[in-house]
This record gives sequence, structure tokens and C-alpha cells, in this order.
Amino acid sequence: MTDSKRFDEAEKGYREALGGETIRDVEFTTVSGEAVDPLYGPRHTAGLDYLEDLGFPFAGFGTAADTNRRYHYLLEHGQTGLSVAFDMPTIMGYDSDHKRSEGEVGRCGVAIDSLKDMETLFDGIDLSKITTSMTINAPASILLSFYLAAGEKKGIPFDRMGGTIQNDILKEYIAQKSWIFPPEPSMRIITDILAFCSDHVPKWNTISISGYHIREAGSTAVQELAFTLADGFAYVEAGMAAGLDVDAFAPRLSFFFNAHLDFFEEIAKYRAARRIWARRMKEKYGAKDERSLLLRFHTQTAGCTLTAQQPENNIVRTAFQALSAVLGGTQSLHTNSMDETLALPSEKAVMIALRTQQMIAEETGVINTADPLAGSWFIEAKTREMEEKAEDYFRRIDDFGGVVKAIEQGFFQKEIGRAAYTYQKAVEAGKKIIVGLNAYEIEGEKIDIPLLKIDPQVESHQKENVRKVRENRDNDKAARELARLATAAAGDDNLIPVILDCARCYCTEGEIIGELKKIFGEYREPLFL
Amino acid sequence: MSSRYDIEGLLARFLEGQTAAAARLITVLENGGEDAEKVLDAIFSRTGNAYRVGFTGPPGAGKSSLVSRLARRFRSEDAKIGIIAIDPTSPFSGGALLGDRIRMQSLFEDPGVFVRSLASRGSLGGISNCTDEVCDLMDAFGKDMILIETVGVGQSELEIAEKAHTVVVILVPESGDGIQAMKAGLMEIGDIFVMNKSDHSDAEVAAMEIEDSIKLKQVPEGGWRPLVVMTSAKEDRGIGDLAGLIRKHREYLEDNDLMRRKRKKILLSRVRNALMDRMERRLRGSEEVKRIVSGRMEEVYAGRLSPYRLVRELDGIVTIGRSAGPTHGE
Amino acid sequence: MARMIRVLVAKPGLDGHDRGAKVVANALKDAGMEVIYTGLHQTPEMIAESAVQEDVDIVGLSILSGAHMTMFPRVMELLKEKGAEHIVVFGGGIIPAEDVCRLEEMGVARIFGPGTDTGDIASFIKGSFPDTE
Repeated sequence: MTDSKRFDEAEKGYREALGGETIRDVEFTTVSGEAVDPLYGPRHTAGLDYLEDLGFPFAGFGTAADTNRRYHYLLEHGQTGLSVAFDMPTIMGYDSDHKRSEGEVGRCGVAIDSLKDMETLFDGIDLSKITTSMTINAPASILLSFYLAAGEKKGIPFDRMGGTIQNDILKEYIAQKSWIFPPEPSMRIITDILAFCSDHVPKWNTISISGYHIREAGSTAVQELAFTLADGFAYVEAGMAAGLDVDAFAPRLSFFFNAHLDFFEEIAKYRAARRIWARRMKEKYGAKDERSLLLRFHTQTAGCTLTAQQPENNIVRTAFQALSAVLGGTQSLHTNSMDETLALPSEKAVMIALRTQQMIAEETGVINTADPLAGSWFIEAKTREMEEKAEDYFRRIDDFGGVVKAIEQGFFQKEIGRAAYTYQKAVEAGKKIIVGLNAYEIEGEKIDIPLLKIDPQVESHQKENVRKVRENRDNDKAARELARLATAAAGDDNLIPVILDCARCYCTEGEIIGELKKIFGEYREPLFL
Repeated sequence: MSSRYDIEGLLARFLEGQTAAAARLITVLENGGEDAEKVLDAIFSRTGNAYRVGFTGPPGAGKSSLVSRLARRFRSEDAKIGIIAIDPTSPFSGGALLGDRIRMQSLFEDPGVFVRSLASRGSLGGISNCTDEVCDLMDAFGKDMILIETVGVGQSELEIAEKAHTVVVILVPESGDGIQAMKAGLMEIGDIFVMNKSDHSDAEVAAMEIEDSIKLKQVPEGGWRPLVVMTSAKEDRGIGDLAGLIRKHREYLEDNDLMRRKRKKILLSRVRNALMDRMERRLRGSEEVKRIVSGRMEEVYAGRLSPYRLVRELDGIVTIGRSAGPTHGE
Repeated sequence: MARMIRVLVAKPGLDGHDRGAKVVANALKDAGMEVIYTGLHQTPEMIAESAVQEDVDIVGLSILSGAHMTMFPRVMELLKEKGAEHIVVFGGGIIPAEDVCRLEEMGVARIFGPGTDTGDIASFIKGSFPDTE
């Protein structure tokens, strides 16, 4: 109490000294437009009981040593984790020879049309010795099946294969917009994956619940936090509704957040996320396994904050963002290269991005202590405020009848669209300063966007590959399996074993999706703006 | 003022069936003035064939999706379709964001469907002031059926009843639309009521509420008692039923000679409106009127002359048939 | 009465990055234009047909996927086929200088790069149609 009183007096004195003037001629708001006081003190954390409300982070959230080991593991050059990015046709469920794939085959990732391509991709690699991360959502069940079938052909049992699929369809409807089926059948496919993997592929991370794309689409920090966690809870509820034990699948869920410009706001965001997740998992969903309460998360620095102007500035920007993620307790990190906004990053830029992480890990010492900003009045107040604002959003989402209903009403899309436009206007009005973009510009700077040369052969080559696959397989068998899939989709059986059978006899992704579309239909975005 | 467009050339291409020319002529109609009249004169003899269906209901009821589904349904029966989708003009900037095409994607590659988005512009209601004229153009372009989707707020409901042969009111189970419909006067103008989102758990109850209030409605002997249908634009259910009801209402109008009477009524009101417009423009453009008014306003300001008396004096000066300055308000 | 400028803002290709397209659509609306926004995943055929039916003055394509050298020429070719070569085409996205030159030679009116102020886009459009002022 005395502390608090002394703070109030100090604050009063501070304001009097200023005599009603502001310190600087800018708005005191975060990049998300949330108010920030110039002074924080005990009053801002009144009622907060450290042990009761927060607990010590390493009781439930992984120790600094874990984080440290993970960094070393990530940084060692003998990587054992592989990451696969797919091209847009694969992401949208079209074969390379589909009309809509024209001009996009192999452009922003690898084209995978069938098990055959997956076998080629991992030729000579022991899938029991590596883990593979696949950035794939709407057709995740199919790419996972291709992967498992590829391992199986080499004699590796499912339970010895490990990896991650992003498989977060809800954020596709909300922000990233790479959808295929409507939300309800999509959620059914996801629960089928959860059930199948918890029985047969226990080392697989089944969903990477992603706020990254929500933020890139222009959301505020609170929206990223709230919408991502709401998605996470929707998956938990769907899994439980499908009859799964929460502790059977929750430990395989992980998160993926964005690290944006506003340093402290970001740190508060990660902290709030962990608290909300642990509390709800325990209190609302009755999770007993400690691992179900852990919010494990990967962080990537914000691609949307990179400027084409004075691109070297992006190195510094990215370093600050990465630091906020580390101070916020991220388990793994991706730092963007300075020229990533313009093209595929240059080798030098990639090296600097990697060195940025290494400097944080090796030189700064910030990784030695878990949750080093705990107890800061400002950080605690901000964390609590974000929690409260997220809870407000949860209530609004509940009022719609849940995440899927809110998506169908265009709620998230409208909220994000509005936030993006508000931010753009603030930047254009100079209310938010972006160095090099709307302040401290270099007169007459020429923006150099390097030319990306894509071999036009890639597309024709891949088209030829699919054609050969269709020619060389047992087409009667393929047709039978696809018909079986349609029947399964119309019923209630788990789809993954059937999709696996389709994969085994070289049905293509487009064919499998085609069968499912017949039953599930296609999604169309309901509302806009 | 010389014309911005080559109207003769556009009309020639329009008659050949060129979509680009038809689209450009709609723009001419939207901009009004002498050019628009020239176009309307030229196409008038070709109008009167298309059946006009208006769709109204609260924002978010799924009007665009339903219109899109219906269009496809009618297309499968080989009808040529025109769609007019109206969105509000911002009172602040005068601009508009027209987003109805998003929900009509499946129609874009079908040359038998012509979709035009209109901003409500100066209109106070939820439809564009030139909705009639755009309908005429689509009619003359050979469309068999024109589907008009209103903004769904304000006066649009009442205006659409004057422009369409059949008015379809689209409601959703959420947020007590039924009661809102009664308040907004929708019960009076709807020929068909659609309870969209039939997958919603409250849909059936909501549809029954509407049925109940229709039962209370006074309908003369042999008159049309509105019908209710449940649909799901999302799941493509009930669309055939709705198409059937529209057909039924059309047959009712035809059997009772109401189509012809309605057309007469509409044409009469258009003559009146056009006359009023022209008189207004003429008065606005009249130098003589301006001169007299400005010359005598001091007396009005001073309280010596009432506004009405001044107008009565003007009445004698400006008469129909007398040329009072330029005929068009440029 | 000055006529209104009608703009079609379209997002071709399979990717879902519509943040820029939506921000621009809103900004042009606020600048007093009638903006037709057609949503994601548009094919050149859909874009050209919409532009013609809506009789727009100008079409803006937002392309971030790298498919600009196929999309722009295709849309322009289709507009020509439909008798609508008068419709101005511009674009935005991450497009290298060499490609910008080639696109401008083909008749694309203007390419706006990353970090463009939406006010500049609105001024460019208004300046292209002096008869609307």
C-alpha cells in the first residue's frame, strides 16, 4: 500500500511538472492502437498475486534450459528437421495439370501431386531419423498420407515417423484464405487426423495453431492473440466432441505467433497467451496431463513490417522483433531476411538473419533467464490488459455460437479488415512512424526488386509427371479406392485410412480432393469488409 | 454540350448483342441527361418482355448468394438472366464499395448472365434512381428475367414494390427478423417470404411466425396471399421451391390480367416522374425565373411578400409549352 | 453532373493475400470512386468479363505471387477481345523493375510497388480521367 501511495504521488508530480504538455508530439499508443501510459507502477498491477495468478513460468512452460537446448539444436548445422513449403496449386488442392494451376506450378514451393512426388522428395532420406514440417492446411490429410505412405514403402512404421503439419484451417477462413471445403467438413477432417495420429502416429504434431497469418493480414496484437486461441479452443472442443480424451491430443498441439513492431506489446501478448491457454485447458476442458497445459510456440518476425525502402533497416527491425519473441518465451524462432518482402532472400541476407538469432542466443545473455520481465509493472499490466481484451473477444465469439459461426458471419474478416485499414491510414497520416517509409526517407531512393527467374520447364515437367502417374498405375484400383472415399466421406468413418489407401495406389491430390468436394462442397467467402 | 459517348454507335453494337456496348449504355443511363433519354427512346419499343423480381431483406440475410443460386437455376431452364445488385453510396465521400459479385463468382463465365453493380448514388432509398432504366436496358438486351437485389435498408423495400413484378423478402432466423419485417412494412410488400439459412435450428419456428402473421393479413377474395419457403443458399436447398413460387406468382399475375395492369401503372408513373424531372430541370435552368426571384427576395426578406405569393406570380410566367431557357440542366 | 469513376479491384491467382487489395478498395471508395471488388482467386477470364459488364474505367490487379507476366497480358488480351480495350489497366505488388518496364511497354498504365501511399493511387486514377472532375 505504501508503495502504491508513493507511486501515485510521484505520478502526480510528474504530470504537474509537465503542466499538461505531452512529452512528445505523438500518440502514446501501441502499434495496435492500444493506449500506453507514460508511467506504470504498483497501481497498474493492483490485485495481482504473483504466485496465485501467474506462478513461476518454468513450472509449466518449459525451462530456460529447454529453450536454450532447443536453440542449440536449431542452430547446429547438422539439421535433423526438414521443412516443406508447397506451391499454390498443391495448397489449394489442384493437380499441376489443372487449368487453375497455370503459371503457379512450383513457384512458391514444391509441387506434390501424388505419392510419387513425395517419394522423389525424400529419396535417400531415412524418415525415421528426421522430423518433417509441412506448411499445409486444407489438404493436410492428403499430404500427411502421402508422407506416411512414402515411409511405409521403405518399411518404416507410422509410429516411428515424426513431424508437423500446420493443419490450421480456421485461420485460413479468417486470414490466409487458402481454403477448399466449408468449415464443418474441414473440422471433421481435422478431428479424423487428431484421432488417427493419436492412435497410429503419436510423434506427429497435428495442428500448428497460427496467429502469424492473422497478424500479417492486418490484425492488431489483441486480435492475433484472441483469434488464435479461440481457434485452438475450437480444435480442442471438436476433438472432445469426437470422443477423444483431451490429454490424448492436446500435447501434440502447438502454436505459431507473429513478432511485430511494438516491443512490449508483443512480449505481453506471448505471456497472456500462455496464461489463457493453461488456465482454460485445466479449468474448462479438464486437462490432467501437464503437457496439455503447455503452450508451445514458434515465432516468426513480421514479414508485413519489412520495408522495400532502405532494406538494410529490416535487419535491425527483425532483431528487435526476434528479441521480443525470446523475452516472451518462444520455443523456436524464424527471423526474416531483410529482402524477403521483395523476392526469395539472397544468401547473404539469410546468413544475417541467422546470425541475428545467434547473437541473441550467444551474446546477449537474454536466454539465460526464463520470463525475465516478469514483475515489471508495465509488462504485468499490459499482459493483464491483453488477457482481458482477449476474454472480451471470446465472449463475442461465443455470442455468435463459436468460431465457425463467427467465420460464416464474416466477423473475424471484418475485424481484421478494419484494423488493417485503420493502420494504413495512421501510417499515411504520419501518426505511426515507419522509418524509411513515411519518415527519414532517402530522397529519390530507387527500390530495387530483383528479378526472380523461374524455369518455365518446371511446370511442363510436372505436368508430364502427373500424366505418367495416371498412365502407370492400376487405374481400376484407383477408381475403386476413390469411390470408397466418397462413401466414407458421406458417412462417419475416419477418413484417414481411406485417404491412405488412395495414396498407396497413386491417386493424385486433385482426384482425392475432387471426390471430397462432391460430398463436402466448396467454400465461398460469405462477407467482406 | 456535346455528348461524351457515341450513342448511335453504341446502340448499333447493343442491337448486335455486344455486352460491352450494353454495359456502356447502362453507364449512360446512370449519368442521366439528354444522352440517357436518347437511349431510352431508342430501346423503348423493345422493352416489356422481361420478368422483374426484386429481392430485399436485412443486410447479411444472404441475398447475393440466394440470387446467385436462383440465377443458376433459371439458367438451367435456359432463361437469360440480368442481375442488378445495388450497394449504398457513402454519404461522406460519394464513393461506394460494390462487393456483391464476390458471392456470384459461379456466374462470371456464363455469357447468359449479365451482372451489374449499381451504387445507390443520390437515392435516399436502398435502390438506385435509375433502376427502372437499367431494367429496361437489360430487357431490351433480351434478358428474360431480371433479378434486382436491393441494399436492404431504408426505403428500398417500398420502392422495389413499384419496380418489380414479384417481390421476394429474404429473412434469417437470427435476431428476430420476423418482427423487424413487420415493423419495416415488409409484410405489406412481400409476395414471397424466404426463411434463408434453413439449417439454423430456429429456422422452422421463425418461418412459422411469418406464416402466422400472413394469415392475419387482409387479402381480398381471389387475391394473392404471400407464400413462405425455407431455403439454404449455403447448402443449395429449397432453391427449386423458391423458383417454383416465383413462377406461381407470375402465373397468378398473368391469369388475373395483373401483368398488363401493372405495366400500365408503372408506365403512367414513369411518365409522371419524367415530366416532373423535366419541369424541375426547366425551372432550375430558367434565367427569367432566377432573375425574378432574386429581384424580389428583398421583399420576402423584409416580410412584405410571402413566398407563396411570389410563387403564384411566377406561376403565370412559367407554363408548359413555353420555352423557358435551356431544357437541360447542364 | 460529373460522372463517377468506376474501378474494378481484382485479386487474381491462387494465393489469398488480399490485405493490399482490400485496403486499396477502401481507400478508393473514400476518395469518392465506385469500386467493384470481386474477391479472391479470380481467373483472367472472370476479371475481364466483370470489367466489361461493370463498364469500369480502370482495372487494378493485385499480384504478389510472381504470376504478373502471365496475368496482365492475359487480362488485356481478353479485354481487347471483348471490345473493351479502352479500359485502363494498372497494378500493384512486388514486381521487379525489368518486368515493370516490359508491362508498361505492353500498355499497363502504372505499377505501384510496396509501401505506396493509397493517396497516390487515387490521384493517379483521378488524373487519368480528367473528364470526371
